[in-house]
Amino acid sequence: MSREIATGNTACALAVKAANVDFIAVYPITPQTTISEKLADYAAAGELTGKYLTVESEHSVMSAVAAAAATGARTFTATSSQGLLYMHEILHYAAGGRLPVVMVNVNRAVCAPWCLYADHQDSVSQRDTGWLQFYCASHQEIYDSIFLAYKVAEQMEIPVMINYDGFLLSHSMLPFETLEQEVIDSYLPARQPAWRLHPQWGGTFSNVAGAAEYAAYRHKLAQDTLEALPVIKAAIAEYEELTGRPQPGLVQAGSKGGQAGGTGRTGGEGQADSESQTGGESQAEVYLLSMGSMAAEMELAAAELTKQGIPAAALKLRIYRPFPAEELAALLPAGSTLIVLDRNLAYGHSGGALLMEARSALYNSGKNIKIAGSAVGIGGQDLPVSLLIEEIRRLLEVTKS
Amino acid sequence: MTKEVLQPLAKPVYGAGGPTGTWRSQRPVLDKEKCTGCLLCWIYCPEAVIAREDRAIDYEYCKGCGLCARECPVGAIAMIREGEEA
Amino acid sequence: MSISAKLTDMPDHELIQRGTGACAGCPSPMGLRIVGKALGPDAIMVMTPSCAVASIGMMPKSCYDVPVLNVCFASAGASAAGISGALDVQIAKGVIAGPKPVVFNWVGDGGTYDIGFQGVSAAAERNDDFIHFCYNNEAYSNTGVQRSGATPLHAATTTTPAGKSEGKKSMPLLMLDHAPAYVATASIAYPQDFYKKIAKAKDIKGFRYIELHAPCGPGWKFPASETVEIGRMAVKTGAWALWEAENGALTINAPTLQLAEGKTKPSSLEDYLKVQGRFAGLMKDAAKEQAIAVMAQGIEKELADLLARSKR
Repeated sequence: MSREIATGNTACALAVKAANVDFIAVYPITPQTTISEKLADYAAAGELTGKYLTVESEHSVMSAVAAAAATGARTFTATSSQGLLYMHEILHYAAGGRLPVVMVNVNRAVCAPWCLYADHQDSVSQRDTGWLQFYCASHQEIYDSIFLAYKVAEQMEIPVMINYDGFLLSHSMLPFETLEQEVIDSYLPARQPAWRLHPQWGGTFSNVAGAAEYAAYRHKLAQDTLEALPVIKAAIAEYEELTGRPQPGLVQAGSKGGQAGGTGRTGGEGQADSESQTGGESQAEVYLLSMGSMAAEMELAAAELTKQGIPAAALKLRIYRPFPAEELAALLPAGSTLIVLDRNLAYGHSGGALLMEARSALYNSGKNIKIAGSAVGIGGQDLPVSLLIEEIRRLLEVTKS
Repeated sequence: MTKEVLQPLAKPVYGAGGPTGTWRSQRPVLDKEKCTGCLLCWIYCPEAVIAREDRAIDYEYCKGCGLCARECPVGAIAMIREGEEA
Repeated sequence: MSISAKLTDMPDHELIQRGTGACAGCPSPMGLRIVGKALGPDAIMVMTPSCAVASIGMMPKSCYDVPVLNVCFASAGASAAGISGALDVQIAKGVIAGPKPVVFNWVGDGGTYDIGFQGVSAAAERNDDFIHFCYNNEAYSNTGVQRSGATPLHAATTTTPAGKSEGKKSMPLLMLDHAPAYVATASIAYPQDFYKKIAKAKDIKGFRYIELHAPCGPGWKFPASETVEIGRMAVKTGAWALWEAENGALTINAPTLQLAEGKTKPSSLEDYLKVQGRFAGLMKDAAKEQAIAVMAQGIEKELADLLARSKR
């Protein structure tokens, strides 16, 4: 294990280099580009274990990695924003075809108008493609998530998208710890697919299907996507055991008053609370839910609100698909209030995607949880703690009316 | 532990498009006396239903397109309406 | 190396399993039979939405006895590159046993000239290791015969009911200008020429492009039995030219060469057009004679250009 201080994109590239990847295809887009450039440097230095291919569009990137994955290869790519949108057709194809591609999406706003900075509109608009979606709130989570993603993707044969905020994480220099190659290799042995696109295995992949046949495949994918939850939990547990590094859970709670530093960005090492340990005994009355890097500011806001007499705790969603509904409900005491701040807009609805998910997840919880939320930080708008507190206080009033 | 194959796969079989011989309104009939064995019918047949060795025709799948009769240089294949005798 | 294309010497191997979903007289399975014989069983096929996909039959059955990846419409160039590159790595790592199967695309004119153009062009530029076959039936036949970039001037389609007012692109020449190791045109009416070109391409590494002229009965409106004859007429009139280029050196093949050199008179273009219902509108047009003369001039110029290029 060694400690690095580098950008989030470097953390990503270092992990990809160590993950025994067979095939990488890329196309430049800000703020992902420096991942592609780093990987090109590794390829030029002969340090990559696989082929590095520069193609002519993101549609072709996903077409190339999905097809490469069909031969049994472990594949990687990275994109952002418009690039992710341009891949949309092949995202459905990769998931429907049960091709376990792992992709990093460095979150960025979508046009029009053009904007280079972070929000989650790109990735939440890919929600129903069948991909699993992870969100990272620190450089450490970026590094660790690469290995977790391959573990889960290859076991479930479902592709995984790892998301983190453009510039805020992709270009900021922060410390993280890397792993020894032997540890990585023992966690992540070579992919062993049951079928490969190759004459030895044969078969016509993705032929035209009748309704019954098609529905069976798609329902199976939907079911398996849900069944990925325990697999993700097990992958996290195994990773913790192997590395001795505490991992945030599917939904991670900071302690009341936001002192636990569950994001890994505000409070150093301590990531003690997991969803199994908090919940009932936590005495916070107000919970602040978000995804991505703003979890750090939410921690600080929770601490400040607690000081101001509103016992609050931050919750950071790490896994957006499959949505950890029961885990979220377990974290919330009966009668508590949940404030959801989204870095995306749910057009034609209030707030953003996470607010809708949380409402839906808690509707039948029987815990009488009051929920409100709104969209903030769109197009990378700054989220100072003072602004968050103001918005949270406004939303708390909404829940009372 | 053998993993289950989850990918949407199909296997090669005769008749993937159905019993395509039923599409036919005319059938090719070979006159073995006239046949010189040039193999043009064999290579042009889109369905691969003409045997290379003896030009026997698999009527279960022959769609009756008539390409073999049209391309036979010695007129050894006649197209006969289904239901009529050769 | 000499390749025997005698019918008696061609391999028995059949890629096509009889009883396909293709229309009677369809040139796609005809062409794929030749591809299967020339490449053998150690191959991987990539397809994009097309008649060739609509012909497979329904899951869980397939008429193709070769591993197939059916990808999305614009994906052929990149997906074949992905398969080829991933195989190289896994064979080098010893994860998959070699030798490397031949990776090839079987894609129509829509997936080559139009929606797939960018990906095919990029793969050619990168010199990715696979063969791209374009089976050109000069329209989106699968979706009911709409015009494509390969539809010729005056041909009626369901989106050009009065006849197409523009000509087609010169896709094979565009590919030649990407400077790959091998580019060839072929015709369904000349299976031995097609076979020889595939066999030659098989032994070349890098990007290879072969375009097969593939007359479509339902699309062009002629009887199923005429697929080969129409293809032959296209070549004999010069409307479709047979040539190949190895490392940029272009050779015109018989019988196109004899037309280009003026040693053979081209067959009547009007005869070729009038047997195809898609030109029925042109045939009734008062300006028919002039229009056909303009088309013939276009063919003449194209052959002259090919001849000049072959002498470079």
